[in-house]
Amino acid sequence: MPAVKHASDPILVAEGVQRHFGGVAAVDVELLEVPRGQITALIGPNGAGKTTLFNCLTGFDSANAGKWSFDGEPMQNVDRHRVARRGMVRTFQLTRVLGRLTVMENMLLGARQSGEKFSRSLFKPLWKADYDEATERAWGLLKRFKLDTKADDHAASLSGGQRKLLEMARALMTQPKLLMLDEPMAGVNPALVQSLLSHITDLRDEGLSILFVEHDMHVVKEISDWVVVMAEGRVVAEGESGPTLANPAVIDAYLGAHHDVDLRAIIREREAGRA
Amino acid sequence: MHHRPRARSRAALAVLTLLASLLIPSLAATTASASTDAEWGFIPRLVDADGEPVEGALVTVANADGELAETTTGENGNGDTLAVPDEGDYVLTFDTSAIDASFDGGDVYAVARTLGEANTLPVQRVIVTLEETANDGEVALGEDGEIDTNTSTGSSTGSASVTFDQFLQQLASGLNLGIVLTLATLGLGLVFATTGLTNFAHGEQVTIGALAAYVGTTLMSLPLALAAVFAAGVGAVAGWAQNAAIWKPLRKRGVAIVSAMIASIGIALMLRFTFAAFFGSTTKRVSLEQSERWSLGPVAFPASTWIGAAAAAVVVGLVGWWLMRSSTGRAARAVAANRALASATGVNVEKTISSIWIVSGAITALSGVLFALLNGVSWDMGFKALLLIFAAMLLGGPGTARGALAGGLAVGLLTEILVLWLPSDMKYVGALAILIVVLMVRPQGIFGRAERVG
Amino acid sequence: MALLDALLAAGQQILSPVTAAFALAAIGLNIHFGYTGLINFGQAGFVAVGAYGFALSVVWLELPIWLAILIAFAAAAVFAILLGIPTLRLRGDYLAIVTIAAAEIIRYTVNSSLFDDVTGGAQGITNNESQGSDYSSWLNQFNPLGEGRIELGPWVFTGTALWWSIVTWVIVGIVTLLVWLLMRSPWGLTLRGVREDPDAMASLGKFDSGIKLQALILGGVIGAMAGILYVLPSAVSPIDYNSRMTFNLFTIVILGGAATILGPIVGSIVFWTVLVLSEAMITWLVDIGILANFADAPQLRFALVGLALALLIVFRPQGILGNKKEMSFARS
Repeated sequence: MPAVKHASDPILVAEGVQRHFGGVAAVDVELLEVPRGQITALIGPNGAGKTTLFNCLTGFDSANAGKWSFDGEPMQNVDRHRVARRGMVRTFQLTRVLGRLTVMENMLLGARQSGEKFSRSLFKPLWKADYDEATERAWGLLKRFKLDTKADDHAASLSGGQRKLLEMARALMTQPKLLMLDEPMAGVNPALVQSLLSHITDLRDEGLSILFVEHDMHVVKEISDWVVVMAEGRVVAEGESGPTLANPAVIDAYLGAHHDVDLRAIIREREAGRA
Repeated sequence: MHHRPRARSRAALAVLTLLASLLIPSLAATTASASTDAEWGFIPRLVDADGEPVEGALVTVANADGELAETTTGENGNGDTLAVPDEGDYVLTFDTSAIDASFDGGDVYAVARTLGEANTLPVQRVIVTLEETANDGEVALGEDGEIDTNTSTGSSTGSASVTFDQFLQQLASGLNLGIVLTLATLGLGLVFATTGLTNFAHGEQVTIGALAAYVGTTLMSLPLALAAVFAAGVGAVAGWAQNAAIWKPLRKRGVAIVSAMIASIGIALMLRFTFAAFFGSTTKRVSLEQSERWSLGPVAFPASTWIGAAAAAVVVGLVGWWLMRSSTGRAARAVAANRALASATGVNVEKTISSIWIVSGAITALSGVLFALLNGVSWDMGFKALLLIFAAMLLGGPGTARGALAGGLAVGLLTEILVLWLPSDMKYVGALAILIVVLMVRPQGIFGRAERVG
Repeated sequence: MALLDALLAAGQQILSPVTAAFALAAIGLNIHFGYTGLINFGQAGFVAVGAYGFALSVVWLELPIWLAILIAFAAAAVFAILLGIPTLRLRGDYLAIVTIAAAEIIRYTVNSSLFDDVTGGAQGITNNESQGSDYSSWLNQFNPLGEGRIELGPWVFTGTALWWSIVTWVIVGIVTLLVWLLMRSPWGLTLRGVREDPDAMASLGKFDSGIKLQALILGGVIGAMAGILYVLPSAVSPIDYNSRMTFNLFTIVILGGAATILGPIVGSIVFWTVLVLSEAMITWLVDIGILANFADAPQLRFALVGLALALLIVFRPQGILGNKKEMSFARS
């Protein structure tokens, strides 16, 4: 195995991130780089620590050690809502739509409006301009994701795939720099998968950086530009999508064939290569 | 409140607190000062240490000429106005012996008041608080028209003079309250651990036990021990029935935990005020048998308290053994750990939960009997204990006998030992403050394990 | 005739300042529970903080009325912050236990003989001019109705009582209008977002704990306002601020319709009307012998409150005015 491959111009760089539960290291990542303006897939077998890493980086969980920077600014120990405000916006593996609010209300909560300040909220003239702008943007995104006919429905009434779409559209309302999608295809009707994928590539083409966790190798092959492979909490391989996914050790690791033996071998190799 | 040597040593003291002198009935602020032609008199009011009204006390007013008038306190603790002829010094006597309550002794509270000097209002309001076990104080009118000094404030002071014997007695009282709390805490924790329900109606399960024991001793003339067994049986049936009629259907409907918790409040109110309607607002003694007092060094309790505490400890041990060793206990632990997994591995979840409710109902009712031995039977006794039980459960962590014991003893000791320095109407504050601090610092409890998060 | 008397009494109850004060406290609780999803079981504590904060400021500290009102509000805000900062991250049912415990601590403390000199202990604060413990005569100066007897259809009021009713209900109306303005704003939407899912809100850059704290403070200050209204026409009595008050308020909120603007008002009116009517019915049942064996039959009306609360939360969580979809607490 070759040593670490560096992404050119990374938007997110994480070093030495560790998260322990009891004595078990769920995440122990020496280096993670997410290239700017590309689609990065974070893959690995179940329990590899992908979601835990996601949680640590976005402030939803506290890492025991490590530092990381986003767009040049340090981001460890930043509150989770501030992480989002700086442009690192995540979705959830199990969708978290605000079920008893309407689809449009969900979208509006993605925007930052002056009327969300208590001091301005009493007087509509103080917040109407922001509100109108947010509503207009929301309509645009709802149309793009074909949710505009559902705008006044409660989000709880949407299908699983529609919820995934809504969550993504809502995250876009925050105008993120890096969109972090945790298994965006999980539980989505196969008919919708293709449209979700094209939305993701379109967003990349518009200049957005995307990091997504995925299980489905076909999906990863189809849309990712860069791949990071995790196993047992560590990054075991990364690189451009084609060559990395062709690496037999990665395939073994991912498919789980003799993965106990092979992964440790990979990790040893990497450490030797680094030293 | 049970009898303690400290109280006995001050048997001559009238343990009472006089509160501010007068109160004009509400809404009359603008009119009362205008009415100058009213007669002189007193409105007596009797409340217990918690400020709850005490009904059925005979209040008389007397001066040097003898007794002038009498009234009986009603449901709200107030008596009728006791009219007196003129300004002057009077003695009000609150005779509580007619109340079939838990405090011992001759129960006469005497209060001396001067009417007309301190204020110009014709009708004075007098509050007497029962803060401690009863006294048999005969009170003479002091020269200054105030009560004699040795009758003034028995329990609200004491920080300067806590003796080691008093401390030991309170320690023992704390252990006793602790073991009683342990039973109720275990009952609450078992249900919480297996079903996730924060049951605000758990206090009423305590009351059911006490009421059943009261019915057993009075209507059925059972000896106290048999009445306790009867109460545990009633509690078991009540627990089973509550689960079958309410909680099982709600689980089937998929009612959210928060809704179930609010429903439990509704059920608690329904039961509590039904008890109040049946039973009235008085406190009654669970058993009229005079219990011999047993002493161990400076610590003295009625025999029933010693036996009750021992029985409670044995029952806690048995339930702990049942949880660890029996097949139902193992099933219950599996359900508590992971309900879906337990179900998948062949545990009959609903049957297990039903068994848990039966055991919970029985031991909680038993704790009710023991609470009744401590404080008497009243309609809201369970609710008063509920927050202490919550505190104990959260302190020890829910669902294990060991945790319930640790939490129960900690809360019991804290509550009783604080009485050495705080007036008894503040005794629960310490436990509640600890409850808040524990939840803030370690939501999984002091003795519970840290759960894996995320 | 008995029925007519009961109906008249119920009508009188609707107008009473107590009904208005409960409506106001329920408006505060609705902001906590209905809009933000905070299970505050200590609203009676906020009401007590308002009542005591106001009355003690006037009677004990001898401060001007406007300052006393501000102090009552500030005390409620401080209480909310003390409770809120450490607990708003806790599970919902833990917040419930912390708030009920904190409210009980307040009640035990003001009730205790330990602070007799200040709070009046179990007797409370008498609101009596000749005792120097008056805190409401200032408002009577503005009473245009006089103190005499006023007949409104079949109802008879004293001028003073009617004046109190008008003042308290006008305040309820003003607060309702303010809450409507707040809840239609983007700020109001963030409360409902937090109710649905604080984590999702955080992922969108909203400071979920801060939003909860703002809601706790606002609802608590409105609760304190209710406390002032509650004691203005009468006296301060510590026993009123028990958890039964909180649970009555919960019943009112759920009955009227949680997360609706008018729900707390409708809830309070229906609640008190039913309470008065059921008391009359129970008295009648005792008279004709059906409930004669009960030691204290009128207590049954509170048992009915409990039954109503349990049935409502399970079978009609949206109450009278609410939206079934928005208020079905049963979430998968």
